[in-house]
Amino acid sequence: MQPDFSIRLEKRATTSTFFAYFSPFIALIMMLIAGGMLFFLMGHNPFKALYVYFIEPLTDTWTLHELAIKSSPLILIATGLCLCFRSGNWNIGAEGQFIMGGIAGASIPVFFPEFTSFWILPLMLISGVLGGMVWALIPAILKNRFGTNEILTSLMLVYIAGHFLDWIVRGPFRNPEGFNFPGSISFSQWQVLPEVFSSGRMHYGMIFAIIGVIVVWFLLSKTMKGFEILVIGQAPRAGQFAGFSPQKTTLFVFLVSGAFAGLAGIAEVSGAIQQLRPSISPGYGFTAIIVAFLGRLNPLGIFAAGIVLALSYLGGEAVQISLNVTDKIANVFQGLLLFFVLGCDTLIHHRIRFGHSWGFIKQGVQHGTG
Amino acid sequence: MKKLLASIAGLGLGLLASTGVSFAADTKACFVYVGPIGDFGWSYQHDQGRLAVEKELGVETAFQESVPEGADAERAIERFARSGCNIIFTTSFGYMEPTNKVAKKFPDVKFEHATGFKRESENVSTYSGKFYQGRYVQGKIAAMESKSGVAGYIASFPIPEVVRGINSFILGAQSVNPDFKLKVVWVNSWFDPGKEADAANTLVAQGADILTQHTDSTAAMQVAQEKGVKAFGQASDMINFGKDVQLTAIIDDWSPYYIERVKAIKDGTWKQHDVWLGMDKGDVVMAPYTNMKPETAKAAAEIEAKIKSNEFEPFTGPITKQDGTEWLKDGQKADIGTLLGMNFYVKGVDDQLPQ
Repeated sequence: MQPDFSIRLEKRATTSTFFAYFSPFIALIMMLIAGGMLFFLMGHNPFKALYVYFIEPLTDTWTLHELAIKSSPLILIATGLCLCFRSGNWNIGAEGQFIMGGIAGASIPVFFPEFTSFWILPLMLISGVLGGMVWALIPAILKNRFGTNEILTSLMLVYIAGHFLDWIVRGPFRNPEGFNFPGSISFSQWQVLPEVFSSGRMHYGMIFAIIGVIVVWFLLSKTMKGFEILVIGQAPRAGQFAGFSPQKTTLFVFLVSGAFAGLAGIAEVSGAIQQLRPSISPGYGFTAIIVAFLGRLNPLGIFAAGIVLALSYLGGEAVQISLNVTDKIANVFQGLLLFFVLGCDTLIHHRIRFGHSWGFIKQGVQHGTG
Repeated sequence: MKKLLASIAGLGLGLLASTGVSFAADTKACFVYVGPIGDFGWSYQHDQGRLAVEKELGVETAFQESVPEGADAERAIERFARSGCNIIFTTSFGYMEPTNKVAKKFPDVKFEHATGFKRESENVSTYSGKFYQGRYVQGKIAAMESKSGVAGYIASFPIPEVVRGINSFILGAQSVNPDFKLKVVWVNSWFDPGKEADAANTLVAQGADILTQHTDSTAAMQVAQEKGVKAFGQASDMINFGKDVQLTAIIDDWSPYYIERVKAIKDGTWKQHDVWLGMDKGDVVMAPYTNMKPETAKAAAEIEAKIKSNEFEPFTGPITKQDGTEWLKDGQKADIGTLLGMNFYVKGVDDQLPQ
């Protein structure tokens, strides 16, 4: 007779509200402990390493600006995505909507380089928003009309957008004076999203992100539309009885998240890069999905999560230079954070049961509840 | 504790100011890489150059690897400029705009951008290598060693530097076999071992029995070793990844240039310039000729010597473009502007140049 060493997860009857709320913070602390141990094993002083990683980037004005630049697209995209995910629409294609927003917005300075006035920037931003919306509209329509799986269609549209960008900067958008190198002309003064303060290069993208967070928070918590989104997401049938249309909701959330991603795209192109290049995003659209879930699909949580994730990139660069560790360190910390968040969430809702039955119980027969 | 924190925070300009003149006079050279230093290709070679600087001049160096081209690059460069670097080497084409942007903000720091053409302020130099010289030698070897008369070329992006290499390769091959064919696969990445290996497999399936690449990983060399087709290493000697199949490799040896430039900083003689480094000064080097017939090795060494002594230039007429029009008349040499902006194939390339 062999002892049974099975481990099972059992749903808890009640979950602690306190822990449900604080699990991201617990995860953050566990990540710091695990990361510190990692640095120690690599032969570095863990306190110094963690200081360089997580505190130092917050002590310099210029790194705070950089933090804002890195986090604003993440926050903006994730805020839009939380509407999708809350309503049960799995928009995985924000990366593509981001890229199309960048292209649409950049098309104005590329085709009208002589057009220099105050109005060009608002036009670029509106055009970027529309670009993102059009790209998000496709999976929404396909889902509503043909019942296609929006995870697949939105994801595949990312690759189309990426290749479209790659083609366009070598073809119609190419800088005629750029020796055939891929890339558009560099934007001139009126076409660049200005910096907010003179002390660094943080541009108005961060302001858009803050406004976006407030708007979506208001929408979700104070309006009928927000209530509709939540009901459709949690109980679609109940929503239909209440007269809510799942199709209209799908259309609405895709359009809003597309608009947010498109705005993030043109803000990045106009503010941070200041030209269109073969690649304009280091995967913001995908990282934003992590940000949305880390932030509990809550706009205010997303704001904090966006800052934390941006910090993990910046700190990763800082330790790379000052401690000579590999660039993969940022990935390791992001992985640790995600692992602990998921782990904490699971354990808040479930408890672990170690098997204590003996082998005579046949497979498939549950033995007690202990 | 405060003291400890302050000293840790010393990455910034603070330390330079507080530790006085002797430290500030020291030279620090910093490097930004597009790939991992373990790519055993492009970034690896730049890092070898950095190590040579450290060894030769005893100066402090720092580097950041795998820096994406775009908004992140500007931060990486600015971080170096703020952390007391006197000279910053940015080693990928896509760093051109960020390098120039940061350079304007830090007039006292010198910037060296590899493979670019923009020098918007006094403190920016550009440098590149005439890798196409090595491609010509490779083409000659390929035509002498190939049985099928078809070679495969794994290309990254259709920018002039890459197109130049492709053209030079086919010209070298045609100098032996006028009917030699070259197939090209674009992987649209500098470093993507998976895609590079796929491209290598595709080219072998299409009949190529010699592979060459303008991408940074060793994946294609490993495929060649598996399939038993011959291949050329890129940027660094890849013989360890294809000991039975590597014919030779173009080695980018940045050490002489990096030592020269960092020394100029030390001596205070650094001046802005734009250079195109070639075989003549030892910046482009051929790896030993291996896995080939003795007569091929002899012919390769001969043409290498001619290019090295500037007796021969690969882009010398008569050369016909792919569309059949004449580019260079007999004996005419290509002008540097056309070479730098090259956006057309010469005759014999079996591919449409992505426009």
